[in-house]
Amino acid sequence: MGKIKVVHYINQFFAGIGGEEKADIKPEVREEVIGPGMALNAEFKGEAEIVATVICGDSYFNENVEEAKAEILEMVKKYEPDLFIAGPAFNAGRYGVACATITAAVQSELGIPALTAMYEENPGVDMYRKDIYIVATKNSAAGMRDAVKKMAPLALKLAKGEEIGSPAAEHYHARGIRKNFFADKRGSARAVDMLIKKLKGEEFETEYPMPDFDRVEPNPAVKDITKATIALVTSGGIVPKGNPDHIESSSASKYGKYDIEGIEDLTSETHETAHGGYDPVYANEDADRVLPVDVLREMEKEGKIGKLHRYFYTTVGNGTAVKNAKAFGEEIGKELKEAGVDAVILTST
Amino acid sequence: MVKEIERAGLPVVHMCTVVPISLTVGANRIVPTIAIPHLLGNPALDPKDEKNLRRKLVEKALKALQTEVEDQTVFED
Repeated sequence: MGKIKVVHYINQFFAGIGGEEKADIKPEVREEVIGPGMALNAEFKGEAEIVATVICGDSYFNENVEEAKAEILEMVKKYEPDLFIAGPAFNAGRYGVACATITAAVQSELGIPALTAMYEENPGVDMYRKDIYIVATKNSAAGMRDAVKKMAPLALKLAKGEEIGSPAAEHYHARGIRKNFFADKRGSARAVDMLIKKLKGEEFETEYPMPDFDRVEPNPAVKDITKATIALVTSGGIVPKGNPDHIESSSASKYGKYDIEGIEDLTSETHETAHGGYDPVYANEDADRVLPVDVLREMEKEGKIGKLHRYFYTTVGNGTAVKNAKAFGEEIGKELKEAGVDAVILTST
Repeated sequence: MVKEIERAGLPVVHMCTVVPISLTVGANRIVPTIAIPHLLGNPALDPKDEKNLRRKLVEKALKALQTEVEDQTVFED
């Protein structure tokens, strides 16, 4: 077998093309090794080689999934690679979803071994963990070296059709697959070992983790919307101009609550976005594009809704820890309920 | 956030562009929007048409809030 041929997928940012202002670029292919591809190539230690890099803007991919997928599959097919690698995407949500979607498509539609890598809270993980191998990484690009060290060996194994070990041994996100194997101790002995560890307060690993189905039942519909108080909440980072509470542009540690009494329309003079994960130009020009205060005021006047709640709640959903988002949601939900709000419109960029 | 607010007992409609993420997160009422940086607008339109577009989407969201659902539901056109 000659060198394993690899096609690598990255976004506009890791290709050095630009940040959010370039997130709408269409897929393109370059016969070069770019950005994280260099580290991967080095880690292959001569066994494999990146022959081409596909680059696509994160917003373009997510807003045009079917087209982007088809275009990229064509590009990949042309090189007849033995292996496809996307990312690593760390905790970048749209990039992670793009990496996982295209990895799954290459694997299922072209039949080429494929893998990607990202942080466990990246939405791409839950969407595709059952279908593909997703190497577990840290939550930021500071974890690049570590990510590449885990990706390269697993990728080579996949390309060579070798047997893949457990998620813990090969550093990928568990896929929910059960595999029969012979343990060196019988079940009763393993159970007692586990119990002893537990009693001693030591760490132990269950052999049968419970699935985590955290779903919330939908609440009943609003009976009479013309009498209802509607509140606006957003993860799109809309804040009063100047961002008075200094909500962080990524990994937000707080949310804001702002009075909109008497405000008919959000303008470039009054409001802006604090979000660092999308191109802010449009929201800064007119924040109603993310938080529709103007339209709701209009409908309030026309009697189409009872009332727009006096305060809106906002944070930046950009690499924000699930733990934080959950805590924000709990507090906001409680306050809104106590304030007599009937229903919520939540906008996410 | 969507899920925790719903858990507090309020019906929530999630307006977002990347619907698969919303489904993964666990929103129950979902209304797809225009584009990530301008969910409820389109800078290519003149301001009046843009506001109309936004109004239509908000009306759709309000309709979703008035619709009983048993499971995750995406409100397309």
